[in-house]
Amino acid sequence: MTALLDVQNLSLEFRSPGNPPIAALQDVSLTLDRGETLAVLGESGSGKSITAKAIMGILPKPASRITGGRIMFDGDDLLTLPPTRLRRVQGARIAMVFQDALSALNPVQTVATQIAELYRVHRGMGKKQAHAAAIEMMRAVRIPDAANRADDYPFQFSGGMRQRIMIAMALALDPDVLIADEPTTALDATVQAQILDLLGEITQERQMALLMITHDLGVAGQLADRALVMYAGRVAESGPIGSMFESPAHPYTKGLLGSIPSAAHRGGDLPTIQGLPPDIARRPPGCSFNPRCGYATAQCRTVLPHLDPFAPDRAAACHHKGEVIADAPVGA
Amino acid sequence: MPESTTSPQTARARRGRPRSGLRSLWKSPWFDIAAIIIVVVALMALFPSLFTHIDPRDCDLSKSRLGPEPGHLMGYDIQGCDYWSNIVYGARTSLEVGVYTAAISFVIALVAGSLAGYFGGVVDSVISWTSNVILGIPVGIASLVILYQFRSRTVWTIVFVLVLFSWAATMRYMRSSVMQVRNLEYIQAARGLGVGPWRILGSHVIPNAVTPLIVMTTLSVGAGMAAEAGFSILGVGLKLPAFSWGIQIALASQDGNWQIAPLLMFFPALMLGLTTLAFVVLGESLRDALDPKARR
Repeated sequence: MTALLDVQNLSLEFRSPGNPPIAALQDVSLTLDRGETLAVLGESGSGKSITAKAIMGILPKPASRITGGRIMFDGDDLLTLPPTRLRRVQGARIAMVFQDALSALNPVQTVATQIAELYRVHRGMGKKQAHAAAIEMMRAVRIPDAANRADDYPFQFSGGMRQRIMIAMALALDPDVLIADEPTTALDATVQAQILDLLGEITQERQMALLMITHDLGVAGQLADRALVMYAGRVAESGPIGSMFESPAHPYTKGLLGSIPSAAHRGGDLPTIQGLPPDIARRPPGCSFNPRCGYATAQCRTVLPHLDPFAPDRAAACHHKGEVIADAPVGA
Repeated sequence: MPESTTSPQTARARRGRPRSGLRSLWKSPWFDIAAIIIVVVALMALFPSLFTHIDPRDCDLSKSRLGPEPGHLMGYDIQGCDYWSNIVYGARTSLEVGVYTAAISFVIALVAGSLAGYFGGVVDSVISWTSNVILGIPVGIASLVILYQFRSRTVWTIVFVLVLFSWAATMRYMRSSVMQVRNLEYIQAARGLGVGPWRILGSHVIPNAVTPLIVMTTLSVGAGMAAEAGFSILGVGLKLPAFSWGIQIALASQDGNWQIAPLLMFFPALMLGLTTLAFVVLGESLRDALDPKARR
């Protein structure tokens, strides 16, 4: 059986006049099934959000161009679907929660109008009916006093409430796949926990597939079943989150996990991954991670490692995964 | 009472449109003056009989160029007609030229600018190149040449020429404004939710991009009125027996009339100046009110 969402070898580049194209994504594959939560992890600029936006089909064109791969959703390749059919999938069957709700909501429309727009576009509801459905949805994401707040504008809400509005929009049509792009980054810690709980509950309740983009490993560990680690536009490692966190197979994953503060670090400096992520316009030859990697050998500087499966449902793109796994576990 | 409960009054006050910047406009005395001028001129244009009972065509040559006297506040023009009623009846034409030009340019700029800015590609190329051609033509000379081709000119002839040369600049404003909004996250979000391009354009892009166009349109009303007067002075505008401030200024400037009776020049020029200025003030106030970043 194939997965509900199956991204196969997706490659994508950005082009601007007068410059050589920049490969933002290379050979990215991921699968996601009903009721499952996949965390996409990685530093800023590793291609997490671009992957999400590519799946949603909302990257600016012609600045971005898909150069290879397929995005299979429920048997259809979203990349070749005609626009009118694609729009029936977008919003209704795959929906997205954006990072910053303030910039992802139209500032000159009331929130109810924006939620209602979905019902009007996809279900052909009338104004009144859609408005009522929007208020119902606002209640479902636990916005207090929903009926009274429906006609407020986005700027009149607090950050956490705005994020709930975004979630209400994303969930309005009961999608099969929900993509959450760092939904809690712009929020403070207590509100963060509430929003995560809400997301977890709702996706479980409705047996939704959740694609959670985050750079917060704690959030990932709490919510996700599986994880995908991205580095410089490529998948570094993928697998069930438990076993990955226990015995990472990619030095990058290991570095990320090693820099989580824990009791062992008390009083000392937190370990970090040396260096900065590469400019994706000038990737180092071979493995992109080699300049920052303690395991790097001559092979890593010339040969690009492929994402090789090495255990049930686990894969890593590293020439030295054996050594990495064999080494002492993280935090010991 | 626990303090957390919102009283029904505040709840009601919070609902609906927030106290908009538009209301704060009235606090500025300059805006008030401008609004009064525009309302008065508009009333003159719509209902001239409210302001005068004298027929502007009821003339007495023996009173040619006489100064003000009771019942005839602005005196008489060259033909001995009551000048005040001429001024009142002239408001309509002058305002018509300004408002029609601004309104038609607005519609063209809105449609063409939105299409070019949002869809880009071939649509953008065609629209942008057309506008570049227009912008490359020396407006003054070209208008003269075109107007000269018409034997009889109406308000619409003038409006046509003014629109022909004014839509391009306004369109470019709208286009760049749409291009700024087009890639904002809430537009992406709307696309990601399966909203079609026309609906996105209509309900998300244009409402967020139209402000500079509204401001420019308001500013351009005065410019249109001034241009009408300019054409008359150059002899390619409206002609008698039409009434317009432009014609009145043109007649006063002929044969040194204004040296004998300076008021003949002064009154229409004053009206034209005040109205033009009023539209400029209105436009500037709108810009301050609608653009939160420019608000002081």
